[in-house]
Amino acid sequence: MVWKTFLFILLCFVSVAGIAFPIVENPVHWYQFPLIPGLEENAKIIFFHVPTAWLTVIAFLMSTIYSFKYLKNKNLDDDAKSYTAAQLGIIFCILATVTGSIWSKFAWGAYWSWDPRQTSIFALLLIYGAWFALRSSIESEEKRATLSAVYSIIAFVTVPFFIFIMPRIMSGLHPGSADDTNSGPIVDFKMNANMQLIFFLSMIGFTILYFWMWRVGYKSLIYRDRILKQSSRG
Amino acid sequence: MNSKAFALFKKDLNSELRTRYAVNSLAMFIVVAISVILFSIGNERIPQALAGGLFWVVIFFSAMSGLARAFVSEEERGTSLTLQLIAAPSTIFSGKLFFNLILVFLMNIVIALLYSALFEEFVIRSFALFLLTFVLSNIGLAVASTIIAAIISKAGSKGTLYPVLSFPILLPLILTSVELTSNCIVGTTFEESQIELAVIVCYDVIMLTASYMLFDFIWKD
Repeated sequence: MVWKTFLFILLCFVSVAGIAFPIVENPVHWYQFPLIPGLEENAKIIFFHVPTAWLTVIAFLMSTIYSFKYLKNKNLDDDAKSYTAAQLGIIFCILATVTGSIWSKFAWGAYWSWDPRQTSIFALLLIYGAWFALRSSIESEEKRATLSAVYSIIAFVTVPFFIFIMPRIMSGLHPGSADDTNSGPIVDFKMNANMQLIFFLSMIGFTILYFWMWRVGYKSLIYRDRILKQSSRG
Repeated sequence: MNSKAFALFKKDLNSELRTRYAVNSLAMFIVVAISVILFSIGNERIPQALAGGLFWVVIFFSAMSGLARAFVSEEERGTSLTLQLIAAPSTIFSGKLFFNLILVFLMNIVIALLYSALFEEFVIRSFALFLLTFVLSNIGLAVASTIIAAIISKAGSKGTLYPVLSFPILLPLILTSVELTSNCIVGTTFEESQIELAVIVCYDVIMLTASYMLFDFIWKD
């Protein structure tokens, strides 16, 4: 209960601060954000877009870790954990894609321009989609768990190409790309202390939210399986 | 172990030579795909970068139509249990991979020849670079499609799922190969394309390792 209250207050604060705090050229008060050349008012998306993209990757990572665990121990609870992580991952992936493309309409002038980052988030969306398609095509529980675990590991080994290699070797528009000179690594230089504080608070808040949702999700799946097994036995 | 893998390869080759199912359907698919592209282009001249991209479109869809059969055929004939008794999973994967490699190389050589004959814009200026790209990405294509073929042979719905599952896995390979092919058409040197070549080599090695490690879990029911 304490955690939930804390999370509620944290996310409220982050939402209000992220949306309402003004961006000025020379910040003097604690609530003012600095002006980043090339991003201006659009910079505020960082408080909401970056955490969703971060959680997309974290969810995928956790899904793969529990796939590993499933292949090692053959415990169906791990499959439920992996499945819930992927379910949350696809939600955050869609959110990241949508918020990103709305932002890019205002920052770059088009909803979609196949920037390497957009390509990579699109590939993640495809991987998640294919993973769910594979799961829904298999009837037997053990077989479904095994094959989807194998697929998620194979898909995971290709992810570094999308997330770390492509955006850095291909030129792109996204802040932090290979040829990005005007708004380069934003977190290090261009954000002032209060902007960084709210950014990291937002990351922490979203991450806690994710773990809470994940726990609720996999527990309900595991309990459902247990009840089904008991009722079929009795 | 190697002799067993080779025996499996020979068995696949013999049954292929007897029915010529994969080769025939692949050949027809290549002709159909290339003629669809030619029809849609008509009398227009396409940019050179697009010619390189379309080349990989043909390769991707041909691979999707021809390589799915590797393990499905064993399931259909009911011979997968016998195979499980005879040989270790890695041996079986080696045999199937070898067969798919031959098939991919044959298919892509035919596509490359037909393509360069029919498309005026598809002129390779740096031939050595293209050859290296071609070999490396064929290996990657064969490895990734073999392991996905193994997955779908155990899953329920077979035909439609294959391209869906393969595309995200093959995407890094295809994107890099498209980039490299347009580099070859423009005529860049080896040094300028080093990073892309390194990416493809990484992809091949990672896929090969992951496939050999994970095939055990797919194959043992």
